[in-house]
Amino acid sequence: MSRTLEPSAGTRAAPDDAFPLIFERSRVHRRAWSLPEPEGDAPKLDELIPEGHRRSEPLALPEVSELDLVRHYTRLSQRNWAIDVGAYPLGSCSMKYNPKIAEFAAGLPGFASLHPFAGDELVQGALELLGTLERALCEATGMARLTFQPAAGAQGELTGLLMMRAFHESRDDRRAKVIIPDSAHGTNPASVSLAGYRAQEVPSDERGLVDLEALKQALDHETAGLMLTNPNTLGLFERDIKAIAAAVHEVGGLLYYDGANFNSIVGVVRPGDMGFDIVHMNLHKTFATPHGGGGPGSGPLAVSERLERFLPTPVLAAPAQDGDRWRWDYDRPDSIGRIHSFHGNFGINVRAYTYLRSLGPEGLRQIAERAVLNANYLKSLIESTFPTAYPGDCMHEFVSTAKGLKRHGVRAMDVAKRLIDLGYHPPTVYFPLVVEEALMVEPTETESKETIDGLAAALNQIAAEATSEPELVKGAPVTTPVRRPDEARAARELKLRWSPG
Amino acid sequence: MDFLPHTPEDVAEMLAASGFEDIDALFASIPAEVKLGRALDVPPALSEPELAAHMAELAARSAHGSDLVCFAGGGAYDHHVPAAVGALAGRAEFATSYTPYQPELSQGVLQAVFEFQSLVCEIYGMDVANASLYDGANALVEGVNLAVRATKRERVLVSAGVHPHYRDVLKTYTSGLGLDIHELGHDDTGALDPGTVDPTGAAAVVVAYPNFFGRLEDVRTLADRAHEAGALLVCVTDPTAMGILRSPGEMGADVAVGEGQSLGNLLSYGGPYVGLFATKLELVRQVPGRIAGETVDADGRRAFVLTLQAREQHIRRAKATSNVCTNQTLMAIAAAVHLSWLGPQGLARLGEVCARRTAAAARRLAEIPGCKIRFEGPHFKEIVLQTPLDAATLTRALSARGFLVGPPLGTWYPDLENCLLVAVTEKRTSAEIDALAEAIEKELAQQ
Repeated sequence: MSRTLEPSAGTRAAPDDAFPLIFERSRVHRRAWSLPEPEGDAPKLDELIPEGHRRSEPLALPEVSELDLVRHYTRLSQRNWAIDVGAYPLGSCSMKYNPKIAEFAAGLPGFASLHPFAGDELVQGALELLGTLERALCEATGMARLTFQPAAGAQGELTGLLMMRAFHESRDDRRAKVIIPDSAHGTNPASVSLAGYRAQEVPSDERGLVDLEALKQALDHETAGLMLTNPNTLGLFERDIKAIAAAVHEVGGLLYYDGANFNSIVGVVRPGDMGFDIVHMNLHKTFATPHGGGGPGSGPLAVSERLERFLPTPVLAAPAQDGDRWRWDYDRPDSIGRIHSFHGNFGINVRAYTYLRSLGPEGLRQIAERAVLNANYLKSLIESTFPTAYPGDCMHEFVSTAKGLKRHGVRAMDVAKRLIDLGYHPPTVYFPLVVEEALMVEPTETESKETIDGLAAALNQIAAEATSEPELVKGAPVTTPVRRPDEARAARELKLRWSPG
Repeated sequence: MDFLPHTPEDVAEMLAASGFEDIDALFASIPAEVKLGRALDVPPALSEPELAAHMAELAARSAHGSDLVCFAGGGAYDHHVPAAVGALAGRAEFATSYTPYQPELSQGVLQAVFEFQSLVCEIYGMDVANASLYDGANALVEGVNLAVRATKRERVLVSAGVHPHYRDVLKTYTSGLGLDIHELGHDDTGALDPGTVDPTGAAAVVVAYPNFFGRLEDVRTLADRAHEAGALLVCVTDPTAMGILRSPGEMGADVAVGEGQSLGNLLSYGGPYVGLFATKLELVRQVPGRIAGETVDADGRRAFVLTLQAREQHIRRAKATSNVCTNQTLMAIAAAVHLSWLGPQGLARLGEVCARRTAAAARRLAEIPGCKIRFEGPHFKEIVLQTPLDAATLTRALSARGFLVGPPLGTWYPDLENCLLVAVTEKRTSAEIDALAEAIEKELAQQ
């Protein structure tokens, strides 16, 4: 190397009792890296990069041995809950088992090492996989075509809303607002704003469903469309869906299906048959790809025939006849344009394809059946202690309320924390916003009856403890590497990075 | 093959306990008129051995990665992924977890994200980074949206040296917001001439460092000009260059974004990749997406949490700084492990090997009769090769000869019709560079 910049990481130790940061494990001149020497006859760096561009500040990156690195990240991973560790009944997140065969498939060099600019003729296996997956997902949703570009559900939402806009504008029809129910995910209104529309909320009625009369009042010729999750975030099927669709279409609006809960109806009912025009799927939910600690996901967006021409560029073109090849079609004059750097989260789509091929048509329907069975069974076991907010059978998840414990000073969050000490990841808490002290529970289809029995027993035990020993519940958890963190302090005294010195 | 644990006895017991006659009764709330009433027309189920064979067969019909020597670039690069990165980032405790909503059960991911943020800040010379975004294009869009919010202006100047796909994504993403986006052409050295840039009234000036042609822009002068006009400088920055090049922060950029694929992530036909996003402390409340922060727990021990969530969609809904919810945590962890494996010396070595081998390749390829390196001046790990042949034709011909190059540039740059990108990472040897040059010579001789 022509010049050495002295590093400055690694001079400070971790505070007492703290698990060290990788920076705090650093020692000057220790190393894990192994890289080739530059060739001797290649031009020197000083001749290549002018002084004004050359780094002058030292880089305080950690200097550790490979074993330090391996132990650090291995131990970090052990300070983390995961599906492979135990039950993870987070409502709306569909934390089900991620099959290992899909990891094997995605790691095959013929998928993992493909360059995104490789010519179509070089990646025929990958394109055939995507083509088959597209057909299967269109069949499952009742749509005509789809794009794999959206990397997650929220990006699918924006893509769909921009297509909604393109559809209206192609008819010289400028519209201003998109309607969403008050139980919707936060991404819905955020995506609506980003697409340049105004989000208008409609209330849920006493059934926990869209209030049809309120919806009809909100609908007008300014309405670009309605975004709906069905079953909704309360785990209830919007049984008026045909009337809802007719009312939206009546004013010239489009129906957008948020696929967050698609896993509960796959093979039973299709968004297209309910009247939806645009559908995003969360492959990391319905199609069992790993959630990766908060991503990567994959949010392919499917549309009906009348919206096909607005899909992002490029779209996949199937071989027209034997001997032809799969190819990307860039000749799409009405397209909204590109939404991802390349072709979306391809590696995730390989995993979803693998899962689809392992299940087949019967297996796909069974995931919905067992997800709904598990949810209703769990609901029946805890209903007397944690009543559901709305009456009736649920789909793949349900929303209970812990408001009955408030008189003991115990909140939904306390129930969640105590559940940790009893060996379970808590459900989603305080969502949807329309339910007081919400506990949103989604056991998923891959949990066994014994696991659900155990989870129910733990929840019922906590309800009893809330009366007899409320301090035990409020002081939880005590079995974890850290106890309740001070979140207010985190937001007040911002410490968002490690700094040298 | 399914992954369901229920025995027939379980199903019967659970149905009875929850008051259902049979499985169909679970779906009684769905009106009959919309129900499918038939099996889905999707391919039949395969057993695990059948499925493994099927996947291997599909992959074999795409196996160019092991067959071709990769000199292709354009935002995705064939860098070495250290074995430790795959082993650690691939751990199921990371891979099969989700967003750290319960910090006590998620200290592993939260600390890994905090370290990732610290590493990104360090290489980019910035104060705050988020937990990552979807990819480089998405990070650029969010950078521009931040500048639009912070300046309350709608005019955006984007260098044509920014990845053409990123510019496309920017146009698509912001088409509903009505931004006024202008492109700034490159000069005959393949870089932006700061003297031609008039940022008056602009929210942001957007440049890439190195740019799409591998050239080094004059970021400092561009930042000064932008700041004089009250605009922000958004710099798309290759993280692998940061061991040898000045950071965007040092050169005055307000927002540094980039594609993190080169840091420990596989090519994987374009995704999953990871968008890097960092900025100055004064803009922290405008940052999109998740941020991990340090605090203490009830016993005073150091702990990590997601923080400043009032910016985000699940709290702020229609007024959030972005619609982003999930990020690319697992890819961010891979990037953090790779940067920690490299350390300061390794990152410097990586940059040096890339730059010097690229220079060696430029020298060798320029010796081919009829070929030249289109742009003079310093490059990092990519060059534009001008050839006497149509670049797309040559790219295809070279893949038949065992080399992946490109992309050809004519699609996006009409003045570069016969030009293509050649990228040289630390994996490419001088023997491979010679072999590529000879393959081009043979191909040209045949025409």
